[in-house]
Amino acid sequence: MDTVTSAAAVELRHLDNLWIQVSGTRCNIECRHCFNRSGPRESSFGLMTLDEVDGAIAAAAARGVREIYFTGGEPFLHAQLMEMVARALTVAPTTVLTNGMLISDRIADTLAALATEARYSLEVRVSLDGYTEEMNDAIRGRGVFQSALAGAVRLARRNLLPLITVVRTWDDADELGVLAGFARALTDAGCDRARLKVLPALPLGRELARVAGLQRDECVTATMLAGFDRDLLMCSNSRLVTDRGVWVCPLLVDQPDARLGTTLEDAASSYELRHQTCVTCWRYGAICGNVSPQIEGLDIAAAPEAR
Amino acid sequence: MTRFALIGGIYSNWRALDAALSDIARRRIDATFCLGDLGAFGPYPDRVFPLLQQAGVLCLQGNYDNSLATGLADCQCGYIDPRDNYFARLSYDYTFRNTSPVHKAWLGTLPMSRRLEVNGTRLLLCHGSPRKINEFLWESTSPDGFLRYLLDDADADVLCVTHTGIKWHRDLGGGRHVVNVGAVGRPENDGTPRVWYALLTIGGTVNVEFIPIHYDHEALAADMHTERLPGEFIETIRSGWWTTCLEVLPQKERARGRF
Repeated sequence: MDTVTSAAAVELRHLDNLWIQVSGTRCNIECRHCFNRSGPRESSFGLMTLDEVDGAIAAAAARGVREIYFTGGEPFLHAQLMEMVARALTVAPTTVLTNGMLISDRIADTLAALATEARYSLEVRVSLDGYTEEMNDAIRGRGVFQSALAGAVRLARRNLLPLITVVRTWDDADELGVLAGFARALTDAGCDRARLKVLPALPLGRELARVAGLQRDECVTATMLAGFDRDLLMCSNSRLVTDRGVWVCPLLVDQPDARLGTTLEDAASSYELRHQTCVTCWRYGAICGNVSPQIEGLDIAAAPEAR
Repeated sequence: MTRFALIGGIYSNWRALDAALSDIARRRIDATFCLGDLGAFGPYPDRVFPLLQQAGVLCLQGNYDNSLATGLADCQCGYIDPRDNYFARLSYDYTFRNTSPVHKAWLGTLPMSRRLEVNGTRLLLCHGSPRKINEFLWESTSPDGFLRYLLDDADADVLCVTHTGIKWHRDLGGGRHVVNVGAVGRPENDGTPRVWYALLTIGGTVNVEFIPIHYDHEALAADMHTERLPGEFIETIRSGWWTTCLEVLPQKERARGRF
C-alpha cells in the first residue's frame, strides 16, 4: 500500500478544468509508460455515453468551467467523439489528448472545421515519444511513429497546429539535442510550426514495471503545502469524469478513495493528498493541463488594492 | 459620462507610448490607467517612466515590473520552450541592467489591482487576472461562464486586464464586461506594425473602443538595432508578426499568426 495518514487536504477552489475519460482505458496501443495502463485489452474503465458526457459538460458549464479535456485511453476510439467535442466547444476551450493514429483526412477535416467555427480554441495534443521511428516505437509500439506523425501532419496542413506531447525519456544533458531533433523531424514531415509540450515521466502505472516508484513514505504533508501555490495541484482546480463516477484527478484513477462521487456536484469535496502519486503533482506542478505549470504566479488576492 | 484611457504592455516601447499619450491628450479623458509591464522587449527601459509620470498615468504592477522591483531571476512568463526562454532571458537581462534603481523601486510601490466605482458600475483593473498577476486571459480560452465567475468572485461589473498582448472585449450582458486592453509596446501578431489601447466610456451603458496607434516603428527598430537587441524582436516591430515567446499562445491565436 502506498497510503499514509498525515496527508494535507486540498479544497476544490474552482472547477477550472473538466477532464472527461471518454474512452475509458481503451486504447489501440499499449505504451511502455502509460500511467493508467490503457490498452486494447484494458477494461477497468469503459466508454462514456453521449448523455453522460453532455451531463458533465452542462454541470461544469454551470460552475464556470474554464477548459474541457477529452482523454482516455484513446478518445478517437469513441464513435461520438466529434459530437461531444462540438458540444464542449460551445461551453469552453477544448483539448483532445490522442495518440494521433486514428486522425484520418476525414477526421482532420471535421476537427479543422470545428476549430474554425468555434469561438474557443480547439487543441489536439498528439503524443510522440521520439523523433525517430526507432526512439518512438521502442516506447509506443511498432509502426506507431509513422502513423501518429501522419495524423499530426494532417492537422497541421489544415492550420490546426497540433500540440506535440512528449514524455521526457532522455537525460537532461541531451535536452537541447532531443528538442532540436523533434523540431527537425516535425518540420521535415510538414508540421513546420511545431508546438512541443514536454512532460516528465511519471512513476505510475505501466512505467512502474520499468523504473523504481516513489519512496514508500513519501506523501504531501501540511508542511510541504505551507507557502506552496495550491493552484499548481490539479485537485484544487480539476475533476475527472468517467463511466464509473468522478475522480479527483486523472493520475489517481486506480485509487478507489480518489473516487469522490457519481456527479460533479457531489465531487466538490476537499481531498487528502495521501498518495505517493500526489507528490509527483506537488513536485512537477499540474502538468496535465495545456498551460505551463511553471506559471506559478503571484497570487494578487492578498495584495492591497488601490482605489 | 466618464471616460478612461487604458493602456497595457508598454514593453519599453517609448515611441509608441509617446504616440499613444499624445492621442489620449487630444481626447476628453477623465483618467489614464496603465495595467502594467512597463519594461521588456524594447530599448532604453528608463525612457517610459518620465512619459508616464508627466502624463499623470495611474500605473499598476505587471509581472515584469514585479520581477524587476523584487530582483527576481526572470520575468515570470513561465516559458518552458528553450528558444522562448533564450529570448525571454535576453530581454529580461537587458531590461534589468538598463532600468535605474530609482525606477525599479518605483515599480515596487505600484498596486497590483485597482478598484473604481463610476455611477454604480464597479470596475476592477489588474494585469493578468483577478487571481494571478501572470494568468493569461486570451480571447479563445476565456469562456463566458468562466468570466462571469471571475466577475462574481471579484465583486466587479467590469474587469480590465492586459498581459497577453492581444486585445479583446466580451459583453456578457447585464452591464457586465471583460476587456483585455491589448498592448502599446508590441503589435498584436496581425501582420501590421500598429499597436492598440482602449477607451472605456461609462454613462448609462459601458462602451469599449479600441484605438490603433501608428507610430514611427522604423525609428524604434533603429533604437533596438543600436542597443543590439535581437533581430527577431526588431522583425516583430517591423512586420507585426510575433517571432518569439509563442508557446503560450492558444491554438486559435497561434494559427492566426505567421510563426
